Formats: sequence, structure tokens, C-alpha cells
Amino acid sequence: MKLSRLKERAARRWEDFEHPDHPLVLLGSGTCGRAAGARTVEDAAREYVEQHEPDGQVRQVGCLGLCYAEPLMELRAPDRPPLLYGGVEPEAVPGLLKEFFSGGEPDLDRAVAVMDDEPDPAGIPAFADHPMLRDQDRVVLRNCGCIDPEDIHHYIGRGGYDALQQALQMHPADVVDMVRDSGLRGRGGAGFPTGVKWGFAREEPGEKKYMICNADEGDPGAFMDRSVIEGDPHSVVEGMAIAAYAIGADEGYFYIRAEYPLAVSRLRKAIEDAAEAGLVGEDIMGSGFSLDLHIKEGAGAFVCGEETALLASIEGHRGHPRPRPPFPAQEGLHDCPTNINNVETLANVPAIVRNGPDWFSARGTEDSPGTKTFALAGTIERTGLVEVPLGIRLGDVVNEVGGGIPGGRELKAVQTGGPSGGTIPAEKLDLPVDYENLTRAGSIMGSGGMVVMDEDTCMVDIARYFLDFTCEESCGKCTPCRLGTRQMLDILDDICSGEASDDQLELLEEVANTVGESSLCGLGQTAPNPVLTTLRYFRGEYEQHLQDRRCPAGICRALTRFEIDHGECIECMKCVEACPVDAIPASEDGERPEGIDQETCTRCRICYETCPVDAIHVA
Amino acid sequence: MSHATDEQVDRELDPILQNYPPRRESMIPLLQDVQEQLGYLPREAMQRVAEHVNVPVSDIYGVATFYTQFHLQPQGQHRVHVCQGTACHVRGGDRILDAVTDKLDIEPGETTPDRQFTLQRVACVGSCALAPVVMVDGEAHGRMTPQKTVSLLEQLE
Repeated sequence: MKLSRLKERAARRWEDFEHPDHPLVLLGSGTCGRAAGARTVEDAAREYVEQHEPDGQVRQVGCLGLCYAEPLMELRAPDRPPLLYGGVEPEAVPGLLKEFFSGGEPDLDRAVAVMDDEPDPAGIPAFADHPMLRDQDRVVLRNCGCIDPEDIHHYIGRGGYDALQQALQMHPADVVDMVRDSGLRGRGGAGFPTGVKWGFAREEPGEKKYMICNADEGDPGAFMDRSVIEGDPHSVVEGMAIAAYAIGADEGYFYIRAEYPLAVSRLRKAIEDAAEAGLVGEDIMGSGFSLDLHIKEGAGAFVCGEETALLASIEGHRGHPRPRPPFPAQEGLHDCPTNINNVETLANVPAIVRNGPDWFSARGTEDSPGTKTFALAGTIERTGLVEVPLGIRLGDVVNEVGGGIPGGRELKAVQTGGPSGGTIPAEKLDLPVDYENLTRAGSIMGSGGMVVMDEDTCMVDIARYFLDFTCEESCGKCTPCRLGTRQMLDILDDICSGEASDDQLELLEEVANTVGESSLCGLGQTAPNPVLTTLRYFRGEYEQHLQDRRCPAGICRALTRFEIDHGECIECMKCVEACPVDAIPASEDGERPEGIDQETCTRCRICYETCPVDAIHVA
Repeated sequence: MSHATDEQVDRELDPILQNYPPRRESMIPLLQDVQEQLGYLPREAMQRVAEHVNVPVSDIYGVATFYTQFHLQPQGQHRVHVCQGTACHVRGGDRILDAVTDKLDIEPGETTPDRQFTLQRVACVGSCALAPVVMVDGEAHGRMTPQKTVSLLEQLE
């Protein structure tokens, strides 16, 4: 089909979706929506629409990022502004649909936002004014949750593939320059300037070159790439095509985690649909440029996020990294020049080409231009996927976008960068979130995981947790990483179980520095970061573990005792009932808890979390 | 899923092998497809893949044991993955794992003797906003508690 006809049809379909002349139900159907029960909500909506709204439609969209409010459901109808509902149970669906489609009053308890510029008179905020959205700037997430990710017409109807068309009319070197001028830096973690990287691959001599999208999002606590692919797969395919054209590659791979089945299937469909529309494949848009795209599913190895290990994995080997140089731009896949970019980096590219480098670099800071997506999780009020301009205060992300800590508890730390990153203490909330400042604070930007921790989190346990992960995931090729992560983990295990001697902190620090300096690849070089940052900011907590044999957060079981404060206790007996091992006997008259039998207690924390007045304390 | 017989391996493998050109790059996708079909990677299947892509079977074994996705033993009918990602850890994912370990009376990585359940701890299924998360047969369940997880498993028994 001719491109102009495709665009006309896409514009019509998009208009019909955005301003439907019939009832339309949209369901957030990313992995997180589904985990919250979106499928049963969808079933209920379909049943209602079939019975009561013969012209109505039920469709799936990606993730809007307000994961805390999942399952989310948006309702659209002629003659009234579209409305987003959150926390929707299947039982509530018929009532919500009936009210909305008959022009009744919306359910204020469940209404999250008006999906329009104007707020609702009843006090429901417009989407852009919602407290979680106010400080956001959605470039990468521009389509997520707004379009049906499996309908290429929606993407095209919103201007998709215009950037590719524009790029194909430019000289490839000019496309490289454009991305270089924008200042875009790699969003996978290291922050290397993307345009410079493209330039290396472009200038390298060679008939055959490869373009690879790294979608092996392995950091625990990170789900940005998953959401982008699930919600807007064509933005990544388009970015990939532009990058391949710029560097001179005619073949591309998406290396994506097999643990993300929904993302894999949406990406596969996007590539097929784009190929059918002539937007990838042979002689794209009559330009003479061809691009053959493949998907490789990762088989579950964290180290394969490292570029050279990823290449080994695509070639069918164990995912072992190798020394660089030669860099992949010189000798990559099958020894050909290869450029590797992360999902979010590529999703930025169409927006840069379409709007120009100045438009992009007007956002963020001088050294860290643009926006960054973060996966907000942990003990925070509004968990979800957010996109903020770089340079934003860390405190604004936690308190404004994320809504602060629930349950009146205190913020203790924010963990960024996953197992390669560090924990930033609550005192540093003024820290601007950009590459340099995070590195100076001992952490890294990483791919964008941001896990918020309250006072109930033990920082020694967090360091132990990450070392347990990296020790397990160390590929074993180089000695410092293979043995050093194990040594650090053993020391941390000893500290958490009260078996470490006082001089272990120095040894821990020494091993950490050695592993960081001498490991072969990024996994080992950054593995000590969780240890070094917790030692830097929470050394006192380590010392309490060692000297007082006490875990102040009450997490390390061997170093924890729970006690009931009888002055605060309201004698509700909930702890007595909740204890799974009957370690809290009732008094003889059965009226109040006697106390906690420390011999029987397993430190499972159930009583601590059950007590409605916080009368159970860590001794 | 019980142990596969040689004939079964031959019968089910031929159509899969035909989909892949005989070169090393085909190896991991081939093993993924074979496991999808047979539920695990029996020794005979690894031998057949080795012949097809023309590498020593020890190399196939090396790859199959490097990546956590591959299993060399038959798996349970239901696959229970308890997420131990950072957000799940901070929100009590380890207590869910304890509850499942107690309930099924197996350690992570093991299969119940009746082959009903295989338990695995995984580092992040990417649903961190709904932590803690348990994945059963590929379906993620968010905002879990030890009690909710146990009753979910009881429904499957």
C-alpha cells in the first residue's frame, strides 16, 4: 500500500479511537495491569458491552504508568470528556459503564483523571494536572497507555514513522550529527553519548554492519523497557530503523528477555505489521535502504546485558564478556561493526529526528539533556512508571511524583541503578538526578530502577541482597568477580547473622575496592557499589550489627527481638491471633497479650505489621 | 511432564530442527523451542541439537547449564516463580518464598515428588509496582501476601 494512503487510513482510525462516535472501553493491559487483575475486568467489560452497548468496543492499551492504581479503565463516549478510573474490580464494571454511557454522574471514588485538557467540575483533575503527572515530561512514554500497541494505525496516526521518512531523505551522516547534537546519552546505564557511538560504527569500514537493540532488562527493580515495548513497540522499531540507516546496517536484532512474554509478542507483531506496511524490510519507502529485523530471546542471564556478553549469546555461546577494545563498533556480531543501543535510547530517536536536536536538548541539563524514565517502586505511595526531565531534584521524584512514603513512616534511602548502583540517603533529597551527580553520590543512573526504602529497611540486608544477586549472576570468567562477590557475600552473611568480628568492615571495603578495580566487565566493576554506598552513608548501621549485635530495622533475624510496649498496647489481641507459631501467649484472663516468648519467636514480623497502634517495637 | 522416551524425542524434534539452519547461531533458539515442546532438555534432545548445529554435545551442555531458562530435568505441571527482585525484597518477598517452601515442602529449584509443582525464585519479573509478585504458569499475580499465595496454590491442587 502506498504510504500516503496508509497515513490517511491511520488518521481516520486514530480519530475514531480518540473521539469515538460510540462507547469505547480502554483497559490498561501491560504486565502490571494484568498482575492486578485487568483480565477479569476486561471480561466483565466485554460482557456488559455485548449485552447493553451493541455499538460499543473494548480495547487494550499499554501502561499509563499509574501502576499503583491498576487495574485502570478509561471510558470514552461522544459528547462527554473521557474519564480514567482506577482500582477497578470486575464487580464494579457494570455500574461504572452504565453510569458513564448513560450520561450519569461519575463515580468520584474511583475516578482518577479526566483524559482531556480541562478538569471535571466535580473536582477530578485533568490527566496532565494529576499529582503523579504534573512534574512529568513524556517523550519516551508519549504513546504509552494512549494507543492500542497492537494497532500500527494508531502509532502512524500520532505521527509515527514520519521521522523515519524524514531520516531516509537525509544523508546518513547528517542523521548521526543530529543525534550527536541533541546530546542524547545511552539510557541503558553508562550514559555514553549515543551520536558519538553511532559515529564510531558508521565510520568503521566494512560491507556488513549490524544494529542491535538491547532489551535484556535484567536489573531487579526495573521495568521501563518492558513498559515501553508493551505500550509502544513501534517507537522502538522506528528508532531501530533510523539508527540502522544512520550507521549503514542492513540487519538488526532485538535481544529481549524471555521473561517478558507479552513484550516479546507485541514486538513481534509490530515488526510484522511494519514489514507489511513497507516500513521495514526491502527498499523501505522506495529509498533503496533495506533492513531485516530479528528477535532473539535471552535465556536468563543478567550478564548478557553487557554488550560483549550479549553478542556471544546471539552467536550461540555462553554469555561471557570479553575485554574491550576491540569495541563492538569495530568487531561486533560475527566480527562485523555493530552498534548496540538500549530500548529507551532508541525510543527517543524518532522524537529527536522529528522535532530537532534543540527541542530535545532544551529539556534536562546541559550535560544530561532530555528526559529519563524511572520505575518507581518500593515503599512509596504511587508506584509506577514515570518520565521526568533530567536534573530534577530527587526529592521531587519521591515526594511530588511518587507521593511520599505511605503509613506516616520516614524515608530512609532511595536505591538507583539496581545491583550496579547504590543507595542514596534521605539527607540527599536535594540531589539533582543526572548522570554526573548520581555517580558522584556513589550510585549510577543505571537503566532507571528507583526503589524507595523506608525506616523498616535494613541497609546491611540490602547490600547483602544485591551481592547475593551479583554472586549468583557472575558469569565466572574473571577471578575478581567470581571470587570477590562470593567473599563480599560471605562477610555480609556473617554480619547479618551476628557471626562477624569487628575487623570485617575493613576487609569488606578492601575486597569491594579490589573487585571494582580489577573485574573484566561492567557487572563486576559495579558490583561493589551497593556495599560501598551503604558503608559510606550507613556505616553506623553496620557498626550496630557488629558491636551491639542488633539490627535496628528488625530485618536480620539473628539480631532482632520484638517486644510489646504494654503502655501503648490497646489489648486488641490481634498479635496473639496472628502469630503463626503461638509465641505470644494471652494472659490468664485472656484479655491481653502476655508478651513475646523469645525462644519460640521466629522474627517473622507478622505481629509487628499486624499491630494497629505500632505497640510492638524492635528492642 | 514425565521423562521423554527416545522415540518421543525423535518424533517431536524433527519438525523443530527443520525450522533452523544448521549453524551455531541457531542453538539457543532451538533449545528454547525444544524445551517448549518437551518441557525440559533430555540428554537425547541435546545430542540431536548438537548433531544438527554441528557442535560437540559438551558445548550444548555448557550453554544449557549457563542460562537459567533451561532445565535438564522434567518440570512440574505448575511452575511457581516467586519474585525476589528489589521491590519484592523490600516488601517482604522472602516471606512469601518461605510460605511457598513450607507449603510445597520443596526448596527453590526443586519439583514436588508428584510433579505437580516446580518452585523457582526469580530476580524480577518486572512488575515491581505491584510488589510482592508471584508468577504461576506465566501469569503474574501482584500485591501478594504469604496467605494469598498459599490459597492460590491450593486452588491448583
